[in-house]
Parts: sequence; structure tokens; C-alpha cells
Amino acid sequence: MNIKLTGEATKSVLDMPIAEIFAIKPLDFIGLTPKLLIKKGDTVLAGTPLFYNKNNEAVTLCSPVSGEVVEILRGEKRVILEIKILADREIKYFPFHKSNPNDLNREEIVELLLKSGVWPFIRQRPYGIIANPCEIPKSIFISAFDSNPLAPDTNFIMSDSDTHFQTGLDALKKLTDGKIHLNVRDDPTPASIFANAKGVQLNKISGPHPAGNVGVQIHHIDPVNKGEAVWYINPQDVLIIGKLFKEGKFDATRVVALTGSQINAPKYYKTIVGTSIKNSIADGGLKKGENRIISGSILSGNQIPADGYLGFYDSQITVIPEGNEFEFMGWLKPGFNKFSISRTFFSWLSPNKKHDLNTNLHGEERPFVITGEYEKVFPMDIYPVHLLKSILIEDIDMMEKLGIYEVVEEDFALCEFVCTSKIKSQDIIRHGLDIVRKEFC
Amino acid sequence: MKPLRKLLNKIKPSFKKGGKLEKLFPAFDAIETFLFVPDHTTASKGAHVRDAIDLKRTMILVVLSLIPCLLFGMWNVGYQHYQALGIMDSSLLDNFVFGSIKVVPLVLVSYGAGLSTEFIFAIIRKHTINEGFLVSGMLIPLIMPIDVPLWMVAVSTIFAVIIGKEVFGGTGMNILNPALTARAFLFFAYPSKMSGNEVWINTSTVKGQAVVDAYSGATPLGDAAAGLADKIPSVMEAFIGAIPGSVGETSTIACLIGAAILLYTGIGSWRIMSSVFVGGFLMALIFNWFGLNTLMQIAPLHHLVLGGFAFGAVFMATDPVSAAQTNNGKYIYGFLIGMLAILFRVFNPAYPEGMMLAILFMNVMAPLIDHYVVAANINRRLKRVKPIQNQNG
Repeated sequence: MNIKLTGEATKSVLDMPIAEIFAIKPLDFIGLTPKLLIKKGDTVLAGTPLFYNKNNEAVTLCSPVSGEVVEILRGEKRVILEIKILADREIKYFPFHKSNPNDLNREEIVELLLKSGVWPFIRQRPYGIIANPCEIPKSIFISAFDSNPLAPDTNFIMSDSDTHFQTGLDALKKLTDGKIHLNVRDDPTPASIFANAKGVQLNKISGPHPAGNVGVQIHHIDPVNKGEAVWYINPQDVLIIGKLFKEGKFDATRVVALTGSQINAPKYYKTIVGTSIKNSIADGGLKKGENRIISGSILSGNQIPADGYLGFYDSQITVIPEGNEFEFMGWLKPGFNKFSISRTFFSWLSPNKKHDLNTNLHGEERPFVITGEYEKVFPMDIYPVHLLKSILIEDIDMMEKLGIYEVVEEDFALCEFVCTSKIKSQDIIRHGLDIVRKEFC
Repeated sequence: MKPLRKLLNKIKPSFKKGGKLEKLFPAFDAIETFLFVPDHTTASKGAHVRDAIDLKRTMILVVLSLIPCLLFGMWNVGYQHYQALGIMDSSLLDNFVFGSIKVVPLVLVSYGAGLSTEFIFAIIRKHTINEGFLVSGMLIPLIMPIDVPLWMVAVSTIFAVIIGKEVFGGTGMNILNPALTARAFLFFAYPSKMSGNEVWINTSTVKGQAVVDAYSGATPLGDAAAGLADKIPSVMEAFIGAIPGSVGETSTIACLIGAAILLYTGIGSWRIMSSVFVGGFLMALIFNWFGLNTLMQIAPLHHLVLGGFAFGAVFMATDPVSAAQTNNGKYIYGFLIGMLAILFRVFNPAYPEGMMLAILFMNVMAPLIDHYVVAANINRRLKRVKPIQNQNG
């Protein structure tokens, strides 16, 4: 299902107004317990380790910029929320060995990726966590298009990228015995960088959202069974791997789309992972009213404050109006302006209209009543409601049988969107994954 | 609507935790959310925007789709009444006025009794009041014979809400269709008021008219069961629905208008609706081959327009909670309802209308159907693993 929204980014990339502060948020990484390697006041280079994962000590997170650690923000129970770094004007990089991945063996590549802090860009199914370097995945997936509403256009972002992408692919190729699946939209003109990629299986995928979700692609091409792992990585992060090998530096540059109906001038920015969004929002111009700023997609991203930081895996910032207002008899109105997958509002008369949705829940949470609506937007051979119910009763055996290993939150984002009963499906899925992970990991 | 909103905001604190009227919060909440879609916003993680639909909207559309049946029922009650009295030239308005006088109290009693029960349960259990009864409250009067006493409607509605729904945990948790539970309750508790020839037409003679001699108030299926083939209305008559029967279920055309609304808006399940008709059609066809009695000889299409078949298929079988929940299960569920309804008609001499029993029976079977559909999915998933295990071994 495609949700047509106003506020798409215009296709020109600008250098982001220089953000002074960058932050790495340990909570971006599911199941990771950070153990700090730096303290406030330390100076770091781009590529200096900030912390490692207590549960898997080989995995380190490195600073994306050079500068001074100015704050380590903690929350309840001293959980580390943000490690803030005041960036130098000119970024200095920690020097890693330049090399050609084709000349290295698997161990050497893994070691370099782990040491340089690039490893966390590779994630795995099941669980959607940072890939476990001790395992060998049966295949690696790269979804080269994002079908979320207002999503950045990957073909556009990657269009002026150079051979680094191929170098990144070469490195990834060494990590698996299986294939690398590069999935592009079934489009007559995919970006040449994808069309010319070597050593990968190029899959053309068509259809509305969630066709771009890597989970749907894995399900249909090489599904995850119990005991198996499939890794996945974003195309922009393949570039970062490529640069590591070619230039010997952790250059976490990323193109980010600033989108949403509350932005006056939605556009693309070139910036660095973990950037403060304050300046770019100011540059894009916010419309009046109470706004919600989201790092990531409108369907499965995280709300962040106006002076917050871009999430580690996100290449999109969206700003939409808050909908915290009462609407008199809203459920009874004809609803020419309301967006619904059902035809219960008269907005079905104008199917091509672009909507300006706010964050109102449009009703109250209820038990599961309406059936079949999840299945309409859930293109996997999995019974979504049955899976959710098995999680609600915490029946691990049933969760496994019904396919918990194949899904993460984003796969249920559309289910959550269409749900008449306003159930928080994505929360439930994460709860289920946490239960299973604690049991078996 | 600002003054109203201000008033609600002013009195809201006394219903909140610690307020004087804390216990009545569910009642306040029901009224507040009825008047205003609340200001709730999405969580800070997950889907930040939501579809505009909610359960109230869904339910009100089902009620809307029942309106043609209700209006037609009102007219038909009057029409049947005057026919029974031998008054053949009663005007549309006469029929309608008489029908309203009979039907509106049924609707009011059903909503009154049902909603009161829901409110009491919500207050005792401290949960919010769900919208499910908006539909049940309309369905119940439509599947009652017109001469049923009002107190019976009230009792059966209360029974349906408590036993049919609340004991299972409320809307969304029930196994049986609440409206059919009400009808089944009356059918078994007060059979004389729910079947036979006496109850389907109001023959009270307020103005001193005499009922026409030998006027039979039996439903067409009652006549068919009695072997009176010539008394069965034609397909066209039954399709239009000016025949005796429960208040809202006689007119197939009114049901189809409702079906069109449900299907177009995407609320009703087309899988269930179509498979009920297919199942009924096939079963009737099979019986036609035997053709041993009047009921067996009724043509398939004829069966589908008689009695409560269409009404059941469109509004009862499709109840999302008590029906099968999986898409494949829905085909099986609907198909069996259609078959069983015709089977019950033909082989159950005590009860010529089979739709109610067929749906209730399949309500009970629905979880089993789903179980097997889901089990098939699980097996598919397990089979996928085998080749890999073989490789390893």
C-alpha cells in the first residue's frame, strides 16, 4: 500500500549546515549493553572506539567525527542515552590500512570492520540486531530502494557514487558462503551503480510498500529458518565499507532526506552519521504549530527532539504536525480529507490526493475485532494476527512456528497503520523478539 | 462545538482517578469519545501516523448498511398486518406508520437493555465501553418475529450481552455471534413465540377489524416444510421480500444493498459472503437431484432468497469476531454455513429456518478451521527447513 503524503524532498543535495555536535545513541542498537572506552573531555578521531558491546566484546562503536567528547548523557538507571562529540572544523581520521578486500581473507576483513567501527552497519535477521561476527550468514541482503512514504530515493542518492560501492560489495562477498542479493525496484533505469554491480545477484522487485523492506525481500528470496542468520545492510553503508578499504578511513558520510509536510523546503543533505538535526531543520524551515520530528520513516522511526540527533541507521528526517486535538464527531463525518485504506471515508473519491497526516490516533485502542485487514498489507506467508497473539501470551514455541525469526518491527508498520483497533503491533513484535532472544542468545 | 468541549474538560477531572465520580469513568469516557474523537496521539516509536478508521466508524457503517433492511422491515410489518386484516389498499405511509409503531420499540428496547448491560459491565470491570453493541443492538430487533413481547427482547438481549459476550471478556473475545445468541435463547426458551404460524404477522385488531378467515401467517419455509408448495412465494416475491418473516430479513434486495455497502467500504468479508451463497447453492442443487419432498425440490436460487439466508450471509456470518479469522478459513467457514443452512432446512422438521443454527454451529467450529489453516502454514514453514538439514546431515 502506498501512502501518498505531502512533503517530499526536492532532488538536490546540499551540504548540511555544519553541525557542531554529533551523537551516538547506544539505544539505536537493539540488545547492546555499552561499555564505555572514553570519558568526558577525551579527544577522539573519526574511527576512535567510543564503547564496545558487553555481550559481544568484539563489536565496537567508533566516533564518526573527530573532536572532543563533551557529554555522556544518561537516563534512568544510568542507561547511556547519548555520547556527544563536539566536532573539529576539519575532520581528522584514524588511519586504517588501505587494502583491496579481494586480497584479504574473511578473518582479516572481519577484523578490520570490527576495529574500525564499521561492523555495526551490518545487521542480521533474526532479531534485527548487529550481526554476530562469529557466525557465517547464509546470504547478505541489500535493499537498494526504500518504499516507505516520503522515503529518500536511493537511486538519486547513489547516482554520483563511485567505485567504493563495488569495493564494499567485494568485502561483503567474503563474509558469506551464500549470495549477496542486491534488490532494486523493477524500473527500466536503475542507478548504474546497481546495474553494474559485480558478484551479486540482482533481483528486480515491483509493488507498493512494503516491497522495499528488506524483511519482505528476505522472506521471498531466502527465508530465515530457526538456527539460520541472514545479514542485511543499507546501500549507503556499503559505500562506507568501500571507503574504509580504499581510503583507510571511517568516513561515515551519508545523504539524508529532510521531509514532511511541516518542512517549508524539503530537500537532501550530505552529512555524517549521528549529526545534530538542529541546523538542518532551521535551514529547511519549520511551519507553525506543534510538530513531531522523526528520525527514520514515518511508519517505524523514532521521535526525536528538535535539537536531537539522527539515528545510526536512518537516512531520513520527517516532520509532521502533532494531532493532539479533539475532533467533534470525527468518526461520523464524511471525511473527504481523511486517509484510510478502507473506503469508509469519502476520501476514496480522490485516490491520488496527497495527504497531510498528523499523529492523531483516530480512535482508541481496542481488542482485535476486525480480521483480514493485516493480511491486506502484509505480503509474507505468515499469519500476522496469530503471531501477535502468540506473543501476547508469550508462547515461544508458537512464535517460532508462526515465523517470529523472519520479522522485525518495520514489517508490521503497515499493519499498525491500518489497524482499526489501534493496536501497537510493532511494540508487540519487539517484545516477542526480546523474549526469544533472551531465551536462545 | 467549543462550549461542549469546555464543559467536558471542566467535568472530566471528577471522573479521573481520585475524582468524586471515579467509578463512573467508563460511562463518561463512552460519552466523551462518542462526541469527540480523542486527542490521543501515536507513540514516540512505531507508526507515527494512523489510518483514519476506528471501531466506531466501522460499526456505524454496518448499522448504516442495515438501514435498508430496517426500513423495508417497517414497511413490510405494516403491509403484512393490513393484508392479514383483508385491507389490500393500505398506503405506503399506512404500512410504514404501523410498522414503525411496532418496530421502533423493539429497537429501543434492544439498545436500552444492551447498552445498560454494557455500561454496568464496563463500570464493574473498569474497562472502556466497546462499540460492538452498536451493531448487535440493531441486528437483534431485525431477527425477531414482530409479535415477540418487548420484555422477551430485553431479556434475550441481556442474556446475549452477558453470556454471549461479557463472560468471554467483551467485544473481540466472544465465540458466538451475540445477536444470534439472543435469538437462539428466545427460540429455545420461548419456542411458541419464536416459531409456528402465529408470530410472524401482527394480527391485532385495534380498530375492530376481523382477521381474514384461514389466513396463514406461516413463513414461506414453514409452508414448504408443511409440503404446501403452492404457497411458497416466487423467486421474485421473495427477492423483494413482501412476505412473512422476521422483521428485517425478508427482503433479499435490502440485504444486497447492505452487502454492497459493506463490500464497497471493505468492512464486510467478501470471502465469507460469497462462499455462503456458493455453499447454499450447491447444497440445494444436490437436494434437487433427490427431490424427495417440497423442501428438497425448491430450486437453488429460490432457496437463497427465502427466509433469513441472505440476511444471515451478509450480516451474521460476516461478524469478524465469531467467524473464522484466516482468509482461507473464511472460505471454508462460509461454504459450510451455506451448506448446513440448507441441510437444516430440509432435515429439521421442527425448525424450517436453518440459517441461525448453521451460523451458530459454525461459530463454534471457526476456531477449529483456523487451527488447521494455521497448522498448514506451520507445516509449510517446517518443510522449508528440511533441505537445509539434509545438506548438513
